[in-house]
Amino acid sequence: MAGKTLYDKLFDAHLVKQRDDGSALIYIDRQIIHEVTSPQAFEGLRLAGRQPWRINANLATIDHNVPTTPFSNASEIEDDTSRIQVQTLENNTREFGITEFGIGDPRQGIVHVMAPEQGAVVPGMTVVCGDSHTSTNGALACLAHGIGTSEVEHVLATQCLIAKKMKNMRVRVEGQLGPGVTAKDVVLHIIGVIGTAGGTGYALEFAGSAIRGLSMEGRMTICNMSIEAGARAGMVAVDDVTIDYVRGRPFAPAGAQWDQAVSYWRTLVSDEDAVFDKDILIDAADIRPQVSWGTSPEMVVPVDASLPVPSQEQDPVKRTGMERAYEYMGLEPSMKVSDIQVDRVFIGSCTNSRIEDLRAAAEVARGRRKADSVKQVLVVPGSGLVKQQAEQEGLDRVFVEAGFEWREPGCSMCLAMNPDRLLPGEHCASTSNRNFEGRQGNGGRTHLVSPAMAAAAAVAGHFVDVRELEKAE
Amino acid sequence: MEKFTVHEGLAAPLDRSNVDTDLIIPKQFLKSIKRTGFGPNLFDELRYMDEGYPGQDNSQRPLNPDFVLNLPRYQGASVLLARRNFGCGSSREHAPWALMDFGFRAIIAPSFADIFYNNCFKNGLLPIVVEEDVVDEMFGEVAANEGATIRIDLENQLVTRPNGETVSFEIDAFRKHCLLNGLDDIGLTLQDAESIRAYETRRMEREPWVFQTP
Ligand code: SF4
Repeated sequence: MAGKTLYDKLFDAHLVKQRDDGSALIYIDRQIIHEVTSPQAFEGLRLAGRQPWRINANLATIDHNVPTTPFSNASEIEDDTSRIQVQTLENNTREFGITEFGIGDPRQGIVHVMAPEQGAVVPGMTVVCGDSHTSTNGALACLAHGIGTSEVEHVLATQCLIAKKMKNMRVRVEGQLGPGVTAKDVVLHIIGVIGTAGGTGYALEFAGSAIRGLSMEGRMTICNMSIEAGARAGMVAVDDVTIDYVRGRPFAPAGAQWDQAVSYWRTLVSDEDAVFDKDILIDAADIRPQVSWGTSPEMVVPVDASLPVPSQEQDPVKRTGMERAYEYMGLEPSMKVSDIQVDRVFIGSCTNSRIEDLRAAAEVARGRRKADSVKQVLVVPGSGLVKQQAEQEGLDRVFVEAGFEWREPGCSMCLAMNPDRLLPGEHCASTSNRNFEGRQGNGGRTHLVSPAMAAAAAVAGHFVDVRELEKAE
Repeated sequence: MEKFTVHEGLAAPLDRSNVDTDLIIPKQFLKSIKRTGFGPNLFDELRYMDEGYPGQDNSQRPLNPDFVLNLPRYQGASVLLARRNFGCGSSREHAPWALMDFGFRAIIAPSFADIFYNNCFKNGLLPIVVEEDVVDEMFGEVAANEGATIRIDLENQLVTRPNGETVSFEIDAFRKHCLLNGLDDIGLTLQDAESIRAYETRRMEREPWVFQTP
């Protein structure tokens, strides 16, 4: 019999019951809760008179709606509906006894940044959250994926999910990444290769020497965007990097339990003879810094390339999509990426707001200044703790001296539910994960890039190859 | 949850691939803490000429006359014909809530994004996967016949096209059962409470740290 993949192992270890009809009940170890997708779930519990199955499996924080300017009380949130959601979460977590990192707590932050940072997610867990980028946690060899609000309620009430086993796909990135090429470029490149629906129905495992060579932060960036490749879950096998990352975190096991945990975690790798339904090999040397030009994450090109020509696309559905994207983005086929002017820059989001991302952006910003044509550069740390760390390293000063704005943690301009947003027609170099129409503000035009590329665009006023910039030093 | 057995309704074609959930229901409307009332803001950015915000009187807003759901012939549509990778993007269940609230009971497309697909079933909205070239032909049939309807028979897993032909579709047995009977998932799962407890006991021995809080 063939060996098991990492996903098979995680799935099997959480199987509560296999039902005759092919569906399965799987156990959920950790649920992360935020203010946007939980109110209706708590309401459902209340209406049915149900209690959470295991209260300490849940951990809540606020992120999507919070302003990134300082505030100390929910009542200071100006927007009525945002304030109500923040307050509703406070009330719900209090009523049901769930721990929440709320306003003013340094542990507050974007769900997918906060949870691994706290060690609330450790290898071998099943992790869910009413948010599609829950896949981020898969970097810790977890089975982690987004769920809808009905499922949030289902997990609250039963600690289980009704699941169907996904297929296995492995994406191996072998070789050495070039200078200036980051985890973000790797994942954008992967999406460009397999397409935004390429991973639909699969659990992705990212493997290969280039992935193993990444830090935990980098691996999280990659797993984060599994969903942009169509896959609910993405993961990376356990190695020393994983274990070193988890050690000493507040929720992580300690003492004798630590050793027991580590010896189990070491088994969380795909067996040598495991069979994947789909296996993709990417040469790390082929990956250059990426910039998305359209309204779908697969519409991505290397920074030193020119934009694709729709008439050369064979697939009519894709061709129409490209034409529509050009119209929305106000760009022309064949133009050079470096000719795209940037109006605003956003450095943040659960894809790229961890300390390493801020360091990479600061590296580029150091001693330089934002171009006058750029209206605003927002730097939004992923959590209060990331913010503290960055300030200890003096990164905040680097940003402020470069004319960037240093903000409070939250989702911010990733989806513009708070006051940070693009105006119609504006182009934004953004380290977030989605370039859908209107995502960063009605009529706004998003270009997905790495933190270093975003900072470089802020300095130049248009996209530039960060590798060239480094040479200029 | 509302039962789904047989449904026949006016079909509306949304000729666009990769329709994401931001497009189905823009983020400003996610701020509601209810499950209902999203219908008037379904496809808000495509449907209206101005920018929408929650709590607005939508009847006063300028409509985009070219948007398919605004065309007189598609008023009252309850079956949405769509293109590949429908529902990609965020996990917001507000997307199926908005589609249901607007009046849709079923969506037919060559493929759906996973989370959206799953969320539909929790709300009695039936997503149906039909082969791409057949969907393409159905787009033609709907365009050619004003008032064209599509009939869906869940029990027999059959779609009757506007041209009268039938196409069969696949659906997972458990989901079909729940939809046919309008069953609440949570109640069903709680019937397995003992299995869940037994599982927890086993896990607690092997991975005790999972069950502890600091
Ligand atoms: S940062 Fe963006 S993608 Fe991540 S959880 Fe927040 S809104 Fe979603």
